[in-house]
Amino acid sequence: MTSSRKPKIALVGNPNSGKSSLFNHLTGLNQKIGNFPGVTVEKRTGHTQLPDGTMADIIDLPGIYSIYPRSLDEQIVAEVLLDHHSPSTPDKIVVIVDGTNLKRGFLLLTQIIDIGLPTILALNMMDLAAKAGISYDFIALSKKMGVPVVAINARKGVGLDELKKLMAKPLRSPEKPVFSIWPEAESAVKELRATLNVDNDYEAYQFLEQPQSLKFLGAANQATVTNIRNKHSFFPGKFQGAETIQRYSFIQDLLNDVTLKASDHSWKKNSSRLDQIVTHKVWGYLIFFALLFLIFQSIFAWAQVPMDLIDTGFAKLSSFLGSVLPAGPLSSLVAEGLIPGIGGIMIFIPQIAILFAFISVLEESGYMARVVFLMDKVMRKFGLNGKSVVPLMSGVACAIPAIMATRTIENWKERTITIFVTPLMSCSARLPVFTILVALIVPDEKAWGFFNLQGLALMGLYLLGFVAALTSAYVMKLLIRVKERSYLIMELPTYRIPKWSNVGYTILEKTKAFVLEAGKVIMAISIILWVLASYGPGDALSKARENVLEESKNMRLTEQGLEDRVAAYKLEHSYAGVIGKGIEPIIRPLGYDWKIGIALITSFAAREVFVGTMATIYSIGSVSDDDAATIKDRMKQEVNPETGGPRFTPATGFSLLVFYTFAMQCMSTIAVVYRETKGWKWPLIQLAYMTTLAYVSAFAVFHLLS
Amino acid sequence: MAGSSKNVAEMHPGEVGIVSGFTDDHLSVKLMEMGCLPGAAVRFNFTAPFGDPVCISVSGYELSLRLEEAATISILD
Repeated sequence: MTSSRKPKIALVGNPNSGKSSLFNHLTGLNQKIGNFPGVTVEKRTGHTQLPDGTMADIIDLPGIYSIYPRSLDEQIVAEVLLDHHSPSTPDKIVVIVDGTNLKRGFLLLTQIIDIGLPTILALNMMDLAAKAGISYDFIALSKKMGVPVVAINARKGVGLDELKKLMAKPLRSPEKPVFSIWPEAESAVKELRATLNVDNDYEAYQFLEQPQSLKFLGAANQATVTNIRNKHSFFPGKFQGAETIQRYSFIQDLLNDVTLKASDHSWKKNSSRLDQIVTHKVWGYLIFFALLFLIFQSIFAWAQVPMDLIDTGFAKLSSFLGSVLPAGPLSSLVAEGLIPGIGGIMIFIPQIAILFAFISVLEESGYMARVVFLMDKVMRKFGLNGKSVVPLMSGVACAIPAIMATRTIENWKERTITIFVTPLMSCSARLPVFTILVALIVPDEKAWGFFNLQGLALMGLYLLGFVAALTSAYVMKLLIRVKERSYLIMELPTYRIPKWSNVGYTILEKTKAFVLEAGKVIMAISIILWVLASYGPGDALSKARENVLEESKNMRLTEQGLEDRVAAYKLEHSYAGVIGKGIEPIIRPLGYDWKIGIALITSFAAREVFVGTMATIYSIGSVSDDDAATIKDRMKQEVNPETGGPRFTPATGFSLLVFYTFAMQCMSTIAVVYRETKGWKWPLIQLAYMTTLAYVSAFAVFHLLS
Repeated sequence: MAGSSKNVAEMHPGEVGIVSGFTDDHLSVKLMEMGCLPGAAVRFNFTAPFGDPVCISVSGYELSLRLEEAATISILD
């Protein structure tokens, strides 16, 4: 290790071992999320100051039980730990083990030790262990394992000074491997080490066991590994069970030696009692649905105030910049393209933050594992997994973090189906579209005395999306045939009071991921859309003002009214308008005209743009100067020249609502699906499927109602 | 022995047994990694509302398994 560069320290441990608490304590707000080079899994990194004054990079790896990966999250850990010749190879590894029960954490620890990187063992939750009457001989433990040991309490940040001291110290790689390679595999390991210059036996052994999941090897080296494997008839997986047993027997002997006082292994009573209520066939579901109701209620009620603030704030900024910047295409791009684009991203932050606050609390407390437990049987009927519940719930806020949350699903088919149907859950971007259309076509009256009809319609749309998601999942379950087995071997962690700072960090992380992931795309698209809406063929746009003046000679227009008409005229004759008119024959069967066509085009990349486009087309100026009621009134007055009746009949309105419920219309989702499925196949199938579903359903609705 | 052995899926809530082996190689590796080891005491805690998945305690951990997975764990009782 050279002293000139920052040491890199990776945190490794079982899920629920307190790894994130430790990471948050060490790094505070100095965290960032990036991607591992060449791999599509995000990594959390941060830095911390060591006692000798140097800064160390801390890398938080996903929680795992073993170096043999089963899910995408686990695979990344295997890749990072087994690649010893990359710039991102950690210099030291801190293995965090739950001090109240060492066994399973030690399985991972012995694997890490055998990989041969300098390792520190951090025993977490030693306060709870002490309460349970457990104690260990740390000196004996350290000697037998060949690694330094430190006791910490990651929740309270106790013991971190000691840990940082160890991080700063030069450490040698552990010398004694725990696991001895099988005699049958020795020759293969030897040849591989010589050929590929591998540091140690177990690392080479892992290459032989799982070359296909170690992308860093590259095609040439993977082929070499396969050749050596065949030559020495090495069967991957053959000895994995035996290896685990060997390790556990080592661990059992070790624990017998170092345990000063063991806990009586009485079954955990408190947790079980709570579980009897939480997983009860009546109470369990009641509690879950009550929680869901609370979450949705708060997403819609609490988020409204900050969302309105952001909305008006950006509108003001936009019109302010429009008035102070010198007139010209660049100012117009900033005021009408960039600023509303950024505003369009920011407006979703409150809902996303609130949703992830809830999800994080449920996960931290251990309740989420019970939801998976409760829902697994039902979800499996639809080709999903109990673990699909979290992505589907998150999808109500935004499909992007939701799709990223599918990584914990081990089974490829169940994960793909979850990714595929999640965008059908009505996300927060659909809400503004729903709100305005529902207000337009559904009377604000009460049914049976207390149900608000508009509220019912809105709820119906959310239900429609959910039902479509489940139905599509079921169809895909029948269509996709794979042999891979699905399983749900999952820990039910002990209930705990959530650590609020961890909740805070999760909110921050998810919001950041959304702003960066979706933000880039929404930004780019809003600039393209601005170009399409601001420029047009011929000289129609430059003559807009004269033409409007000519048309409206006999009308007494106010200054504002004239400006609005000019804007509408410009949009009609812009490229967006031309395309809108071009697709009119296609959308006419759904009950739409070219004006709605323009809105469909502009909202192709991000559906929420619909409202703003409607405002411009119907020449009522920018949305925020007037409130939504103005757009609604103007849309209500719009006349269908063919019938002489209103343009937005219930048939057209419902047809549009259904279209927006099902259509993909979110470029960021397509981008995220591409990234998560590593190819264009699924995002394109998804886009085609959702568009077809939207078109056919909207067609059916229009003809049923008209 | 064959035919007479019992598995975890056949246990009743509150029942305790000793893990004697596995009938599925692929799953056994995962189960052992999670702490479900031959010779360990296993307690059947409770089932989810539709009888599946089930919750067991083993080696001081609480695990949830689907019934078909629980059926691959043989026990002595």
